[in-house]
Amino acid sequence: MALQILAAQCSVCGACEFECPNAAIKFKKGAYRIDPSLCTECEGFHDSPQCVEVCPVPDTCVPARPAA
Amino acid sequence: MNDTVISLDALKIGSRETLAASVAGGCSSSTCGSAAGPADMPPQIWEKVKDHPCYSEEAHHYFARMHVAVAPACNIQCNYCNRKYDCSNESRPGVVSERLTPEQAARKVIAVANEVPQLSVLGIAGPGDGAYDWRKTRATFDLVRAALPDIRLCLSSNGLSLPDHLDELAEMAIGHVTLTINMIDPQIGTAIYPWIFWKGKRRTGLEASRILHERQMQSLEGLVARDILVKVNSVMIPGINDRHLLEVNRVVKAKGAFLHNIMPLISAPEHGTAYGMAGQRGPTAAELKALQDACAGGANLMRHCRQCRADAVGLLGEDRGQEFTMELVPETIRYDPSKRQAYREWVAREREDRRSAATQAQAVTGGTVAADTPPMLAAVCTRGGGRINQHFGHAKEFQLFEVDAKGVRFITHRRADNYCIGGEGIEDRLDAVIETLAGVPIILCAKIGDCPCASLAAAGIEAIDAYAHDYIETSLLDLYRQRHRQAERRATRA
Ligand code: SF4
Ligand code: SF4
Ligand code: SF4
Repeated sequence: MALQILAAQCSVCGACEFECPNAAIKFKKGAYRIDPSLCTECEGFHDSPQCVEVCPVPDTCVPARPAA
Repeated sequence: MNDTVISLDALKIGSRETLAASVAGGCSSSTCGSAAGPADMPPQIWEKVKDHPCYSEEAHHYFARMHVAVAPACNIQCNYCNRKYDCSNESRPGVVSERLTPEQAARKVIAVANEVPQLSVLGIAGPGDGAYDWRKTRATFDLVRAALPDIRLCLSSNGLSLPDHLDELAEMAIGHVTLTINMIDPQIGTAIYPWIFWKGKRRTGLEASRILHERQMQSLEGLVARDILVKVNSVMIPGINDRHLLEVNRVVKAKGAFLHNIMPLISAPEHGTAYGMAGQRGPTAAELKALQDACAGGANLMRHCRQCRADAVGLLGEDRGQEFTMELVPETIRYDPSKRQAYREWVAREREDRRSAATQAQAVTGGTVAADTPPMLAAVCTRGGGRINQHFGHAKEFQLFEVDAKGVRFITHRRADNYCIGGEGIEDRLDAVIETLAGVPIILCAKIGDCPCASLAAAGIEAIDAYAHDYIETSLLDLYRQRHRQAERRATRA
């Protein structure tokens, strides 16, 4: 499983980008995106997903919906 | 004296003034700072503050600073901040700054340095925390230092991450750091900070405020130990930390802060901040002043910082930020040091001249007016240079001074929105200006129209333009002396 960023809510502060232990978060075309193939939900590094812990906007870093 | 005035104007780039004038409010920090001159502090300290408009009241007449918003990430949440807008740390809430990459920021600084010879300081002051978003802060400072070796670098931070970079800051010769410290009692902090991000975890409540407080004290002590000048900013939040700030003032002074700046909370529901939504109010001007007065004698109090936009550019009450948005900055740009050099040489001479003129005038006034004569309060319209050189109708703010036999003291600035739009005075704006000047019997300006002059007179305010383009101190001392003589004559006649 991976997380995703809800772009409409994101304040584009970039805090998640440098807290991510897997460098899974990148700034592309004006928005921060999580690469689901790199995101491990921080397993092995931290008890909880760092992007969720640091993000200032509630419910912006959330579990990715499985692709429809 | 007049040719020096012209040289100031010649150096000022006036072409896009209309654009600048359209930006409300603007850069501030300028009248804040220590009023002291070189005679009042050790030479190594004067060396550091003499061209920093925020740290020296004397320097704000000549030098400008600019901010770039390069470090938007933050590691704490304050109840007065909404991240969609600028942080209120050193800027007004509700205005979004232009976010730049370090490369863009460096180009912008060079563009401004080429056009604004007064530029002496580059600050990184939010939105976000420059010490937390350190890679971008460091990259920006390094690029700018390489291009403009003589610019002063200034950083503003909440202090949580700052202790990790103390040695780097010293190595990079960052001379000035602003810490925002709103409490020294974590219990009070719980009403200000809902959470902090610390060592991989979001912390809340007392734990959050305790860690933040400890790190802030480490920052302050570590900076002072490295001879970096520290300004402490505190946001005054009525009912939460207002009385507590007296204690904060005492402690930060004891730990070696150079300046303490108490700013009012700016809070409204439309800012979308936790305080705004909860109806927490900001202090009234009277409450703020009472607290500042109570703190006098603590750390040098920065009297009236005008909370500025995080990407403000300019001198005094002006913000020329809109002239230098990124699309107006060329792709490749070379720094041309000639204007700034010429300006600095001019400032050195002008300062000398101004100081000796003021000393002379002071000696004359001190010799003719008895020491116990009551002081005179007057407002001044100025565009910088320590001179009365602004048209009344162009003034966005008035600087208030008090004169007596002991000399001239800066008291405060009062904001006035420009009543003169397109050359036409609008009546109700003038009323607002008159309200702003309540209790001030005299205003000195470079020029004033007949109409506003009559309206001011009707409100009991005397407008004088006889000192146009003269030095503020010299003029005030002269006027004070004259008024004193008139009063004496009346007394002998009676
Ligand atoms: S959950 Fe962890 S690994 Fe995944 S994007 Fe967020 S910080 Fe990176
Ligand atoms: S931390 Fe949150 S608000 Fe900031 S860039 Fe990441 S997702 Fe956006
Ligand atoms: S960071 Fe603060 S002290 Fe430094 S230049 Fe900006 S306003 Fe002035």
